[in-house]
Amino acid sequence: MTAATTTTYIGARVPRKEDPRLITGDGLFTDDVTLPGMVYVSLVRSPHAHARIRRIDTTAATEEPGVVAVLTGKELEATGALPVFITVPSMNGSKHMPITTDKARYAGDAVAAVVAESRDAAKRAADAVTVDYEPLPVVVDATKALEPGAPIVHEEMKSNLVFTYPVKGGDIDKAFRDADVKVKLRLVNQRLIPNAMEPRAAVAKFEAGELTLWSTTQIPHFVQLIVALNLGLSQNKVRVIAPEVGGGFGSKLQVYAEELIVGHLAKTLGRPVKWTEERREGYLATIHGRDHVSDVELAAKRDGTILGLRVRTVANMGAYLQAFAPGIPTILHVFVVPGAYRIPAFDYEMRGAYTNTTPVDAYRGAGRPESAYVIERAIDRLADEIGMDPAEVRRRNFIPADAFPFNTISGLTYDSGDYAPALERALAMADYKGFEKRRAEAKARGNYRGIGISSYVEICGLAPSKANSALGVGWGGYESARIRVHPTGAVQVFTGTSPHGQSHETSWAQIAADALGITPNDIEVRHGDTFESPGMGVGTFGSRSLAVGGIEVHKAAEKVREKVIQIGAHLLEASPDDMVVEGGKVFVKGVPDKAKNFGDISMAAYLANNLPEGMEPGLEATVYYDPPNFTFPFGTHIAEVEIDGETGAVELVNYSACDDCGRQINPMIVEGQLHGGITQGIGQALYEAAIYDDNGQLLSGSMMEYHVPTAENVPAFKLDHTMTLTTTNPLGVKGIGEAGTIGSTPAVANAVIDALSPLGIKHLDMPFTPEKVWRAIETAGGEGRR
Amino acid sequence: MITHPFTYRAPSTIEEAVAALGRSRDAKVIAGGHSLLPLMKLGLAQPDALVDLRRIASLRDIRAEADGTIVVGALATHRSIAEDRTIVSKLAALAEAAAAVGDPLVRARGTIGGSLAHADPAADEPAPVLAFDALIRAIGSKGKRDIRAGEYFKAAFETALAPDEIVAEIRFPAQTGRTGSAYVKFAHPASRFAVVGVAATVTLKGDGTVERAAIGVTGAADAPFRAAQAEKAITGTKGDAKAIAAAAAKAAEGITTLSDLVASSDYRRHLVTVYARRALERATQRAQG
Repeated sequence: MTAATTTTYIGARVPRKEDPRLITGDGLFTDDVTLPGMVYVSLVRSPHAHARIRRIDTTAATEEPGVVAVLTGKELEATGALPVFITVPSMNGSKHMPITTDKARYAGDAVAAVVAESRDAAKRAADAVTVDYEPLPVVVDATKALEPGAPIVHEEMKSNLVFTYPVKGGDIDKAFRDADVKVKLRLVNQRLIPNAMEPRAAVAKFEAGELTLWSTTQIPHFVQLIVALNLGLSQNKVRVIAPEVGGGFGSKLQVYAEELIVGHLAKTLGRPVKWTEERREGYLATIHGRDHVSDVELAAKRDGTILGLRVRTVANMGAYLQAFAPGIPTILHVFVVPGAYRIPAFDYEMRGAYTNTTPVDAYRGAGRPESAYVIERAIDRLADEIGMDPAEVRRRNFIPADAFPFNTISGLTYDSGDYAPALERALAMADYKGFEKRRAEAKARGNYRGIGISSYVEICGLAPSKANSALGVGWGGYESARIRVHPTGAVQVFTGTSPHGQSHETSWAQIAADALGITPNDIEVRHGDTFESPGMGVGTFGSRSLAVGGIEVHKAAEKVREKVIQIGAHLLEASPDDMVVEGGKVFVKGVPDKAKNFGDISMAAYLANNLPEGMEPGLEATVYYDPPNFTFPFGTHIAEVEIDGETGAVELVNYSACDDCGRQINPMIVEGQLHGGITQGIGQALYEAAIYDDNGQLLSGSMMEYHVPTAENVPAFKLDHTMTLTTTNPLGVKGIGEAGTIGSTPAVANAVIDALSPLGIKHLDMPFTPEKVWRAIETAGGEGRR
Repeated sequence: MITHPFTYRAPSTIEEAVAALGRSRDAKVIAGGHSLLPLMKLGLAQPDALVDLRRIASLRDIRAEADGTIVVGALATHRSIAEDRTIVSKLAALAEAAAAVGDPLVRARGTIGGSLAHADPAADEPAPVLAFDALIRAIGSKGKRDIRAGEYFKAAFETALAPDEIVAEIRFPAQTGRTGSAYVKFAHPASRFAVVGVAATVTLKGDGTVERAAIGVTGAADAPFRAAQAEKAITGTKGDAKAIAAAAAKAAEGITTLSDLVASSDYRRHLVTVYARRALERATQRAQG
């Protein structure tokens, strides 16, 4: 055993290595890829939410100038169907073709593809395709979709029920029998539109039997696999590149129709093919998130002790099942609903329903924001019912710090946790004690002020692979990493993770730098190219990259370090046990002036003429790592709002959060993740909603109607953290990508309801738009300033 | 993306621009482009010709004439209006409305002439243009004419302009005596257009009673309008909180308010009264000095 790695860069605020090129406009995004002879695809999309396709007339479109081809679904069947990677019990899977052939199942369902010499020509020609539709009855609401007589989205299934997913633990009937208090809530967790800053795009070229596909994806390896299988290409002849990707939030965690279409067209036409989404098109054709309606019942004692939780939810899955969709409302939602609390009895039944709406899949938090919303709203409702401080109800029900590892009633094992300190620190930051004075001051202004708490637990890093498999997840829970030290000492880290804003180039370099005794600037992190990857990568989603992929980088770096030490000890004629690796040098402890440079070691590894007996030449390591468990980050968020008594407009005035993601590799990046995540969660609480009319038309169909919050809508966040290391991995890291979104929505919701509680208002559904709040105040007889 | 073809001309005088406008069947005038280009990208506007005014430098000016009239050229950007010292001191409601348009990028490119010619019923600047009783000077093939603000706005995206007329300047009459003005707005969270925007001007007599008040309302209805009943109610009062509240309560009388995803007709009506009161309060305070 050799000297332990020191942590010089792990935990440091290292400036992002990605920023210089992104800030100066040097980043290469998919739509920047332009190739000689390239043609452009535009898709014809159904304006109807549900309609049989009687006939498609492509004559006029074909005659448009610059048109290369006009293709219907039947002519594009060679693309094969879109994949679903998760199968839950009793699942009614749907066939999902890139271009539908029989009927359109949502407004935006693609019915034909046009290929032309220019983007303009393709779009003009797409407008010239005539489709004879027979409109069918439409169902938009998931609960209505499960009622008898509802229009059936996939006729071969006779029903819109996708699955029924029950999870039970403890004696729920006894819990409700023994309860002093029972509270009931119907919670609508509205549908959201992910709105990554960069719209989707895909570019394909086919040369010398090899297909190269540039795509705005979070999962290039999955795309490579499916493109190879569907298009009948050997996997080694399919190269998928995710260049710079401008945000995903789960919306690029797919194998999309357009990727298969451009791949197929490049192969059959022999010309490079590009498709770029327009924003309005994206609102229809890129996945949506959330869309649950839950009936929640909580049983408790009058002293606030929770006895049981019963939930019945219908999740709107949209018109088709997307890649990860079946796992979002089930595996990633139901199990973590008990959250930070010791709940003796649990009874959850989740049902998924097809509707004539855009498919729903993972959106930042993916199931866990819905979980936190259920439990955190229920706890506040209980606190209100028994007249107890919501902070105190949480304290009384927290899983105590000495109870870890803790087996939850839903069947998870939380390896670690310490929830009370995060709550207390957040309360202190928020000046929770001084709040009633601020409420009174607001009242004097004619306004309503409220404060709301959310103490969440979430799950990251779905693993190990065997557990995934048992849950129906059709992929491994591992990741892959390779570190290659070149003869000169130049270092490259190849990772299977595929960042799209998460700063892996910086964080992974920090992790490797500490192990190798060099600086992050000495290390290049490469990602998102299946021909450069260490092997099968899984990708970046579910806040898994650090807890899985980062650990692999650490493990690979430790392997390389071990070899560096062996070579150094050999060259210095010393014992490996006495070696120090730091500052770009290797030396015997206490003798730094007789050091070998890192580059001397790497050169020796490749000259291979003076290596320890039996050592292989070269200096690199590849690691696949399958973690033994999920990780469970947690924290408490506190929001304070003031509501204009006359207009109902909600202003978020204070926001405090204490999060625990375990060890932080780069606190600046952690804070950045929280700032973005919290803002997105605030968006759900106050502004965002995908609204359909009864005909399945998306009314909130553009950024002119759908408000994505900006810095202007939020106060300066007060952030703090506790650091409870997970026992699941050697760095003690857990994940932070989604925590902000998971924690913030219920905090803001609880604050708004708290503000309105003096009027006797017990619940309102999100988003808390001015008119909704104004109507609630009017109905409750609020005074305002009048 | 704009998929239909069109011709483009950028004349250097307004007369040439008028002539160019007459030469095409469906020509459109373009200045900042922040209303027209989005419509063209969506295919909602498909002009066969664009006549760009930006080479006509004289239309950018903001100046005061000898009689105190403040003349704002049609090409003045929202930003230049919001930052103009004369406008900030004499026409506060106009400066505030210009500062409330869209976002910094829109304000840097978009023009007041474009806003008035386009006549989006939720645009900001029509409210102070109405409240200040401004004249819209149009130049067409038959020469120039001044259109009173109260007669200019006809309906959503409809004005008194003839097809070959171009807005050249907006003429704000001199503000005399103890006059104050203000613009307040309930913005659409996403688009930043006015769900309701109210501009008020209040002129006080020596004894502090309200001699004259004008209230321009945008966003609420099919076209921006003057809240005549509220103006009448406040005139002659002391301009105290009670009188203002009573007057503001009449601000939506006789108006059919719009309804959309953000605000129903009832809620808009309510917002008109709330924002009319806030605008009157602020304008009165300013008049009181």
